[in-house]
Amino acid sequence: MEQRPDQPVSPRAGPAVEITGLHKWYGEFHVLRDINLTVARGERIVICGPSGGGKSTLLRCINRLEDWQRGRIVVDGIELTDDPKHIVAVRRDVGMVFQHFNLFPHLTVLENCTLAPIWVRRMPKKEAEELAMSYLARVKIPEQAQKYPARLSGGQQQRVAIARALCMSPSIMLFDEPTSALDPEMVKEVLDTMVELATDGITMLVVSHEMGFARQVADRVILMADGQIVEINEPNGFFDAPQHERTRLFLRQVLR
Amino acid sequence: MAATADSFYLRTVPAQRLPPPPARAGAIGWLRANLLSSPGNIALTAICVVSVCWVVPQLLRFFLLDAVWSGHDREACLASPVNPEPGACWAFVRVWLNYFIYGFYPIGERWRVDLFFLALAFGIVWLAWLAAPRRDIGAFYFFIVLPILSFVLLSGVPMFGLSQVSTSLWGGILVTIVVATVGIVVSLPLGILLALGRRSEIAVVRLCSVTFIEFVRGVPLITVLFMASVMLPLFVPERFAPDKLLRALIGVALFASAYMAEVVRGGLAAVPRGQYEAARALGLPYWRMMALVVLPQALRVTLPNIVNTFIGLFKDTTLVFVVGIFDFLRTIEAARADPHWATPVTSVTGYVFAAMFYFACCYGMSRYARSVETRLARAQRR
Repeated sequence: MEQRPDQPVSPRAGPAVEITGLHKWYGEFHVLRDINLTVARGERIVICGPSGGGKSTLLRCINRLEDWQRGRIVVDGIELTDDPKHIVAVRRDVGMVFQHFNLFPHLTVLENCTLAPIWVRRMPKKEAEELAMSYLARVKIPEQAQKYPARLSGGQQQRVAIARALCMSPSIMLFDEPTSALDPEMVKEVLDTMVELATDGITMLVVSHEMGFARQVADRVILMADGQIVEINEPNGFFDAPQHERTRLFLRQVLR
Repeated sequence: MAATADSFYLRTVPAQRLPPPPARAGAIGWLRANLLSSPGNIALTAICVVSVCWVVPQLLRFFLLDAVWSGHDREACLASPVNPEPGACWAFVRVWLNYFIYGFYPIGERWRVDLFFLALAFGIVWLAWLAAPRRDIGAFYFFIVLPILSFVLLSGVPMFGLSQVSTSLWGGILVTIVVATVGIVVSLPLGILLALGRRSEIAVVRLCSVTFIEFVRGVPLITVLFMASVMLPLFVPERFAPDKLLRALIGVALFASAYMAEVVRGGLAAVPRGQYEAARALGLPYWRMMALVVLPQALRVTLPNIVNTFIGLFKDTTLVFVVGIFDFLRTIEAARADPHWATPVTSVTGYVFAAMFYFACCYGMSRYARSVETRLARAQRR
């Protein structure tokens, strides 16, 4: 794809994410091996697999929280290189939700949401606050806007984190095990928020062990193990007729 | 194996919410629990009570009851039939007070120093009072307007009708306050930059920061001051050599920055990696990430250490005397050697006066930091 450094956000055409021949090593450890993946616009992808298989690392490469040694990633028409301009342009366009929420503890919920719109998008404060309130209403916690994150439950914090990412109006959302740090009682409220988001047409890449969510929402499910993509399949095929022995083994473990 | 009777339980009546049981109330209960709980504790309490009863009256007698409050020379503070065992010689402090505050600053120009003190106090209150209006203008005033104003006032600009006053005439509390304030105001931002430099991904920046920090920390302040005042003129022609006080100011500020850098680095290390990642994932560039997300958290956790460094710096300002600058303590040293006031109690009085001044300033900083800490802690739990 053609690079446009002077016009970082490309017109909405072509795939949302294109990963070709990606390899990454941590020292001697080959953590990502020959990853090839093209994600279409509006597509919802769930990545699952055993821990240590490279799922999170792959996700974190997409907004360059991790760098890699070989291969290329093109996000929304922008190739991720060492050029900070490209990196910032991609990050503006890609929202991320973390396992441990990573809300800013010194800012209120509302300030968490308005920080990036004001300081990255240069949005006037008032407008940013209105935008933030509309997303907080969407994740159903507008009444918590003036509180500090420490006062919120895990599920509420994760919904704030989703709202915070959405405030940048991203075209792609990355979810890195968004429910694995939550108490069982709070998993549902976060998943419901994500299901609701999925109906919206935003491109989603979700690393998750929530197989019910994958079946309900995903367009494609990916199994990663030992740093490789083992199988890419649509949900019905993935769960009912998995092709790879590693997938069958994994599903036997998690669906017991 | 016998079935346990408790293997099944079903709650039928909800447990009541009850208020907590009353604490062992009253002063007597507190005394019993804290001071008289064991024979060892009783003995310690007794020892403390006896020493307090022994020391406090003597202090009161020396510093207040038998103290001499007025007089014109040593005669007032010497033993006499009226006052056979004279206490502190406050008369000495009263007579010398202006020297302690202004040093040799020309008497006719001392209003300029007073104005400087006022302007500084105004700036400190504006910044320190968290609920003050427009603290952004306050910061502008404190960091931009005040330094220029102070220079114009203290050093004098003949163009504005303010005669020039050489810094060799400055002295006393004026010098102590100037050195401490410059040290504090310069060391915090410079220390932050050095701490960030030390954690930078750019090798050259890291190397420079580490070299500076380790070099300055590895050398006593006295040495830094000596180097600043003795070695600098060797490299720079005398005409262009900066003023003696300015050299000491630079020495103190650089010295404090190195310590501040290590303190701030501790705070930076306490900010979890997830905070950096969340900020970067939102597209915040490096400096904005630092200024908006990382530093507010880092400085907050390390606030007690920062204030600790400020307090250390404030007391270290007394060392500028080694390069011939008359700071507050040095003026007291000079005054107590005055033969007109040579009495057995003059030195003690002078040093106690100095101690009171330093204690008041340092304790004030410490209390203020405590109040900010509790306030910040409370805010985040809201």
